[in-house]
Amino acid sequence: MTNQFDQTNTEKINNCTGSPFTPHTKADVREMLDTIGSENVEELFDIPESIRFDDRLNITVASEQQVTAQLAQTLTQNSAQTEFLGRGHYSHYVPSIVDHISLRSEFLTSYTQYQPEITQGFLQALFEYQSLLVELTGLNVANCSMYDAATALGEAATLAARVRQVSGSRILVPDYLRTERRAVLENYVIGTNLTVEAFATKNGQTTPEVLDRALDDDVVMVYLENPTTEGVIEEHLDELGSLIEKQDSLFCLGSDLVALSLLQTPASVGADVVVGDASVLGLPTAYGMGLGIFACRDDYIRQVPGRLVGASEDAHGERTFTLTLQTREQHIRRERATSNICTNQAWVALRTAIHAAYLGPSGLISLAKKCHQLPEKVATVLDEIDGISAPIRDCHHFREFKASVESDAHLLADELMADGFAIHALNADVIQICVTEANERHVDDLAQSITEVLE
Amino acid sequence: MQLFNQTIWNDSESDGYEPLLSEKGLIDVEVGETDLPDDLTRDTLQLPKLSEPELARHYTRLSQMNYGIDNGPYPLGSCTMKYNPKFTEDIAALPATAVHPDRDSVSVQGTLEVYSTLQEYLGQIGGMDAVTLQPPAGAAGEFTGILIAESLHESNDESKQRNEVIVPSSAHGTNFASAAMAGYEVVELPADSDGRVDLDALSAAVGDSTAALMLTNPNTLGLFERNIEEIADIVHEAGGLLYYDGANLNALLGRARPGDMGFDIMHYNVHKTFATPHGGGGPGAGPIGVKQELKQFLPTPQVRETDDGYELFEPDQTIGKVHGAMGNWLVLLKAYAYISRLGNEGLRDTSAKAVLNANYLASQLDLEIPFRPFHHEFVASAGEQDAADFAKRMLDYGVHPPTTKWPETVPEALMTEPTEAESKKTLEQLATAFNAVSNEEFEALEQAPNRTSAQRIDQTSAARNPQLSWQHLDE
Repeated sequence: MTNQFDQTNTEKINNCTGSPFTPHTKADVREMLDTIGSENVEELFDIPESIRFDDRLNITVASEQQVTAQLAQTLTQNSAQTEFLGRGHYSHYVPSIVDHISLRSEFLTSYTQYQPEITQGFLQALFEYQSLLVELTGLNVANCSMYDAATALGEAATLAARVRQVSGSRILVPDYLRTERRAVLENYVIGTNLTVEAFATKNGQTTPEVLDRALDDDVVMVYLENPTTEGVIEEHLDELGSLIEKQDSLFCLGSDLVALSLLQTPASVGADVVVGDASVLGLPTAYGMGLGIFACRDDYIRQVPGRLVGASEDAHGERTFTLTLQTREQHIRRERATSNICTNQAWVALRTAIHAAYLGPSGLISLAKKCHQLPEKVATVLDEIDGISAPIRDCHHFREFKASVESDAHLLADELMADGFAIHALNADVIQICVTEANERHVDDLAQSITEVLE
Repeated sequence: MQLFNQTIWNDSESDGYEPLLSEKGLIDVEVGETDLPDDLTRDTLQLPKLSEPELARHYTRLSQMNYGIDNGPYPLGSCTMKYNPKFTEDIAALPATAVHPDRDSVSVQGTLEVYSTLQEYLGQIGGMDAVTLQPPAGAAGEFTGILIAESLHESNDESKQRNEVIVPSSAHGTNFASAAMAGYEVVELPADSDGRVDLDALSAAVGDSTAALMLTNPNTLGLFERNIEEIADIVHEAGGLLYYDGANLNALLGRARPGDMGFDIMHYNVHKTFATPHGGGGPGAGPIGVKQELKQFLPTPQVRETDDGYELFEPDQTIGKVHGAMGNWLVLLKAYAYISRLGNEGLRDTSAKAVLNANYLASQLDLEIPFRPFHHEFVASAGEQDAADFAKRMLDYGVHPPTTKWPETVPEALMTEPTEAESKKTLEQLATAFNAVSNEEFEALEQAPNRTSAQRIDQTSAARNPQLSWQHLDE
């Protein structure tokens, strides 16, 4: 039912249309309908009466100014907190150039590059992103994005099931794996015969002895992280890699771009696949919105999930870029595709590539060194406070560490929140603190606040 | 005629166009001393080092070699590439959006309010009782929906028996892939002669082993499945669920709702229907909506409003998680802003103009359009011509071509969706390009494009000899 209210609102928006984003004038609509041979637009809808929606949606139109003001107001309810949170989601300072360049509308408003002749710019940027991952992982192939670290891990498991079409059914993961990532992994393997099992780690690290005991012919994939979700740098990856190789299991290593700028390359320890989150560069924490890394050995080139950009030539013999090996993908192979992924995180990959290029190799290395040095420094500061022992572990750290507290850890976190600091409370007496260049300058204030709370 | 006028940045130092970053300044930097044992660190890192001004120019040049919706129309059928309003980017850039996913829910009430209200809006728009925003893309939404269907069958002790998902032959490839990922046998359903679901074939296909039927409505030919209520009855009587692929929801905004048609589960492509920028292929977001009886299976955590504000909770029989956090928050925020801007009238006008535009454009074409009446998109046939070549030649007329060679039910398909964002004049330009190409010789098509920055790209050799990084470029 079209009523007076509709029309009044409609007029307010754009004189004659309801949406400010449709360019038609009244005269256009009339001419178009006359050409088609229709009395009105409603006639064009071939919907049976019984299921027509004639009600109003209870969504009120608002001006751009109103929507902007309302959302700015709504978001002020997010209290300003200095975050010392990590566990797989990290905050690094994003240089201004990342926004300015990535928001150029030719990038932001473009679609998947199905017509490469007019999308060379984005294709080249994604090719450069893939190359960045190849250098950082030491592996030969990287796709141009997955959704996030957890879904990339899930894809690695289904790849393992495909490339090892033998009798195996076990996937081994460390007990430090985040429950969220494990939950996603469990769902990804639902259509396979794979089961996920955790093995115990010692002092936050995987030991060759434990892994050796857990490994047998039935193990299809072993997943490790470096650094771990708890901020520990794994010290025996070389040996662990050899054990995994001996069983012919797929070795999947989780990491991130900053850590990979400093730590031994996954390829050098025998990793077959690298997953993780690349949005540590280029994107703020964004409530966990990410960019999944997926890199692998070239043996799996026709098994890789997601999109790949390759170099080619055009009719004049000039170097160009195009999406390639698409026969793996769902729009061609359908139920036999390597993955259902279609829309991915291409624009975040562009941002990550710009951020990494801005830092350059020396910038990346010094950022990574800082991420290695800061936790130890901060742990020393916190350790001097009565009622807290930090770090719990005697090992090498990256960005974060665990500490034990004598009082209730959750209560401590709540009281710190009132002071404007967010930290992890892992259980009744353990907290975890993450420190990067983004929150470094607030460490003394955090220590002060913890001291006051614990007094 | 309009022509692409993309900038080509030919550099004398490289064979190609804009040189790669690696060609501009690759350096090998030693990692040097740390307090880590040597064998735990890499020796060197070899990457480009450029100054900020050099980088700004590099990426600006790349942007000039790229086509987006702000450059012109993008009539890709089923992709719904419409204009994206600008103000949503300002909202997404507010400092308060940059919150860690492990923040206590008490301290992110603003974010949770947006989740809660968007869930409510999407529920209304789709006619669904509950919504989750967690799936990070449409295909992830499909997978989530199928996991939920499986959970329902599991709770009825029928999950072993119900091992098939039925998908129409013209459906999106993701439907097949998502069902297969969840471990289902995919049963392909042929269309009848008018391009819609063949009811007899459907009746023959459903049974005790049917877990779900996946369908989009209007379908990929742009045709409304008029018998949808009958389809729903057939599937439901067999004990299966009806899944709605939201790719074509733009055609129905404010006019019909999947929930009212009998669908039990649906996904929304917020990056299509709600004008969030596609970013060269993503991020998107693929929320799903479900009917009341499936609510308890939604992924964890869910957001709800209580007397004390918004909180996270775990549904009783949750399927678990399909994303490491809460999905693509910034994309969801932009969708929320877009929906709020339009309101009821704007949403209804969107579907009106989308359908009007498709019908008007089709009326201007000399090509054969085998199936009518259609809604927001139509599939024309290039006839004797090759659809992929047809598309390349359209580039020479300065417009982005439609989706080609799909669905396969139409020979040499040109699947066209102008969206509501194009003016009458732009539609006429598009029609001019279609008609001009349809009258050309095969040879002209095979050699196209000639007027773009890069010319016909050899995709066969790219696949035969994959060079996927600068480290692996042939000399």
